[in-house]
Amino acid sequence: MGNYSTNEFRSGLKVMLDGDPCSILDNEFVKPGKGQAFNRVKLRNLKTGRVLEKTFKSGESIEGADVLDMDMQYLYNDGDFWYFMEPDTFEQHQATETAVGDTQLWLKEQDTCMVTLYNGSPLSVTPPIHVELEIVETDPGLRGDTAQGGSKPAKVVTGATVKVPLFLDQGDVIKVDTRTGEYQGRAKD
Amino acid sequence: MRAELFAYLRTFFAEQSVLEVDPPCLAATTVTDLNIESIKAQMGGASGYLQTSPEFFMKRMLASGLGDIYYLGKAFRDAEQGSRHNPEFTLLEWYRVDYDEYQLMAEIESLVCGAFSRLINSTPRVTRTSYGDCFEKSLQLDPHTASLEALQATAVNQGYKDWANETRANCLDLLFSEIIEPSLPKGLVFIYDYPACQAALAQTYQDEKGRLVSRRFEAFLDSVELANGYFELRDAQQQNQRFNEDNRLRTRAKKPAMATDKHLDRAMQVGLPSCSGVALGVDRLLMQLCGVSSINEVLAFPWERC
Repeated sequence: MGNYSTNEFRSGLKVMLDGDPCSILDNEFVKPGKGQAFNRVKLRNLKTGRVLEKTFKSGESIEGADVLDMDMQYLYNDGDFWYFMEPDTFEQHQATETAVGDTQLWLKEQDTCMVTLYNGSPLSVTPPIHVELEIVETDPGLRGDTAQGGSKPAKVVTGATVKVPLFLDQGDVIKVDTRTGEYQGRAKD
Repeated sequence: MRAELFAYLRTFFAEQSVLEVDPPCLAATTVTDLNIESIKAQMGGASGYLQTSPEFFMKRMLASGLGDIYYLGKAFRDAEQGSRHNPEFTLLEWYRVDYDEYQLMAEIESLVCGAFSRLINSTPRVTRTSYGDCFEKSLQLDPHTASLEALQATAVNQGYKDWANETRANCLDLLFSEIIEPSLPKGLVFIYDYPACQAALAQTYQDEKGRLVSRRFEAFLDSVELANGYFELRDAQQQNQRFNEDNRLRTRAKKPAMATDKHLDRAMQVGLPSCSGVALGVDRLLMQLCGVSSINEVLAFPWERC
């Protein structure tokens, strides 16, 4: 990986900071008329997800991070690792529980996810924004009650619990927004 | 709004009998400042620089006896681009013979407040404070007498842990830009008595506490740097020493040393009248008048679209 100078900083650039890969969110050029120029940079630590700010002297350079976002198909989980496959090369990658994190609640086999690779191995996994999942466990449906509000918890096939309207039943397939974990509607078959 | 502001500024100076001048934007030499880079231009076999300010030409005019003069036009600085910077920008620079820096600050106040009342029917609050007092208040530190180690330690304590080995001027710039500038009162703020190490081309003097400070000031408008002025250095020999020191620092920072302006030197030998001068960022003033936070919003064609 090459080095990047502050004038190449732009949002989305992946760099190493204190040994961790970070993604630049925002880069502000600050310069007193006669004085030293700075770059006030906001970064997200890709390991911890934490956002931090750092002020660089303009012209300084830092090491780029070998970080790559790639769409991959989720294959299966063997109890220890989650396996993903590159669609073009069929190359498989195993992701640890730390990398998968809460995303595991939304991982359905064969769905396409964005896997962030750091030095070639998965650093984090982002699920598709919308997933369609089958309800495996919920209280029996109340057929008549379709219009009014009211919801109940339903467990879906991937293990997550989603609040769904009362009329839904075990075996129904629902659409969920993975960013909020909210029920979006019934999947159209 | 830009056209209205230009008209207002020209009327303001006409009423004060300050003469508009039109110095070149392109010249064979340029400034030696450590932190200002000039854009290089090629003309046939020769090379020159787009001027970062009309200062040197205007000082030659002053030495030739032109009296009070102003320039309203373009200036250029390399690699300066951001929400408050564009490599080509509009500068208002003026010099007042026999004024000290306080008389000039008073004139800036009436010019800026006049622009606010004329163009947007409001009046900014005006505050004056010294550079030293700002540091005492925000950081409990005397920027003129504090040791380099104390300045570095303050930068580190404020969370800038990579600044432990920076120069005095850089530590001061960092602390000023990051800690003091954002906390300045709203409205127009004048800060005077800059540190001697940042005197640029201002005279220096011993203040009432016996500290060597420069007769340089800056104006800020809602925490945005607006203008930089001096009670001008007149000693040709001292000026050359400062240029040489700039070049020594440039070389140490692995930047090319810049040839000095021989014409300016000759004019200084003849004699610059006692005067104060200031450069004001017109685009920054427009940003405040229009209530916008990005310079691109007051430029018809910012650099990205040029």
